[in-house]
Amino acid sequence: MEKRIRVLVAKPGLDGHDRGAKVVARALRDAGFEVIYTGLRQTPEQIAEAALQEDVNVVAMSILSGAHSHLFPKVVNLLREKGMKDTLVIGGGVIPEDDIPALKEAGIAEVFTPGALTTDIVEFIKKNVK
Amino acid sequence: MSFPLRGHALYPAKGGAEMDIAQELLNGSRLALTRAITAIENEYDEATDIMKKIYPHTGNAFVLGITGPPGAGKSTLTDKLAREYRKQGKTVGIVAIDPTSPFSGGAILGDRIRMNGLTLDEGVFIRSMGTRGSLGGLSHKTADAVKAMDAFGKDIIFVETVGVGQSEVDIVKAADTTMVVLIPGMGDDIQAIKAGILEIGDVFTINKADHEGADRLVTELNMMLDLDGVMKDWRPPIQKVVANQGIGIQEVIAIIDKHHSYIKGNGQLAERRIKRTKDEMLDILNSRIGSYITEKIVDTGIIDDFVRDIKARKTDPYTVAAGIMHDILK
Ligand SMILES: Nc1nc2c(ncn2[C@@H]2O[C@H](COP(=O)(O)OP(=O)(O)O)[C@@H](O)[C@H]2O)c(=O)[nH]1
Ligand SMILES: [Mg+2]
Repeated sequence: MEKRIRVLVAKPGLDGHDRGAKVVARALRDAGFEVIYTGLRQTPEQIAEAALQEDVNVVAMSILSGAHSHLFPKVVNLLREKGMKDTLVIGGGVIPEDDIPALKEAGIAEVFTPGALTTDIVEFIKKNVK
Repeated sequence: MSFPLRGHALYPAKGGAEMDIAQELLNGSRLALTRAITAIENEYDEATDIMKKIYPHTGNAFVLGITGPPGAGKSTLTDKLAREYRKQGKTVGIVAIDPTSPFSGGAILGDRIRMNGLTLDEGVFIRSMGTRGSLGGLSHKTADAVKAMDAFGKDIIFVETVGVGQSEVDIVKAADTTMVVLIPGMGDDIQAIKAGILEIGDVFTINKADHEGADRLVTELNMMLDLDGVMKDWRPPIQKVVANQGIGIQEVIAIIDKHHSYIKGNGQLAERRIKRTKDEMLDILNSRIGSYITEKIVDTGIIDDFVRDIKARKTDPYTVAAGIMHDILK
């Protein structure tokens, strides 16, 4: 049986709709990935623990509420603490350009802003997954 | 697509040596458990070794299968039952299976979304799996994933099937007790589904009893079970529940416990497990023989020579097969 890339799609923070996350989830499925979808309002602790239990290769988070600078790095740290050393973490949502360097510094592999195509996300994952 | 094998020096233990997944799983490492299930599911080389090492520590968990049509509330019910078992101090494993798309090979595994409240409970471990081409409602590797959780020390392990109706037969082989979840208002579908599931349910729940038609469904199901169950000493109980409100959960637990005691008391549990072990043994053997034939006869091209001779009517497939078998068993 072949290996499948497994991706956790999560929505941290308090903002209330997940249309974007669902579109991404479907695109990733259509690209042949196994997508574990965990829905709205997940805490960093929940996201990291779910990523461990599902042994995902990628954690994809999207956020609209502006708490990304705090929440994204927190997830990265929790994952590393749990021994998920190779998990690729990517982020998306309404994120100011100025915030991106700090996020990358904190271990977020890539940040996709609203103009990004789902095919870009798929390509990025295929190229960078460990 | 390049996707390197995991588990080869990628997860070094302290000394830089490769992590001993089986040993660390037995020591209680959640990271080791999750890596073991991945190795099993992807058939990595080390999976057989892991299974061998953990096998002596399996056979202690109670395995509860949950099946029924998509949207019936299986995941919601699993969440509520798991919470109840946790209150009793039991540890819980959950394997939830969703369909893999035959077109892309991808899947959206959405069972977890109903169980988010369990994620941070250290006594619970939830793993979602895609069917990856398997047709019987489970994935090919479900049983081994259950064993990993069993060896890890989980007291009770839930297996939530895909829920496609009539083909949900594999769950009976994998579970000690099988619970079928139905809901009112399914129209004619229910007839087809009922025909397929009457024999497999040890316990029936009618979920969404807040919807109209629950009582009628109970009556119908009772009639069918009475017809079916004349000669049986266990008449599957039917319990109405409203899973998302937590109504009827205690009653379901009591019924599950009763069935567990029943099959334990009369030797059926032991019998089911012997049957399971036998099936497993044969599956492993068949798959080994299959790989052997692929490797020695197909990949080498030997088969093409045979086919040429068969086509020329110099020999026939039966003689060739007998000859190959003779060589293998030597
Ligand atoms: N009205 C009602 N809805 C329910 C009940 N139990 C679950 N649901 C809802 O039914 C939907 C499907 O539930 P889910 O557990 O995912 O079903 P599954 O596909 O069988 O696992 C969800 O939106 C649940 O909130 C119930 O007892 N009554
Ligand atoms: Mg479900």
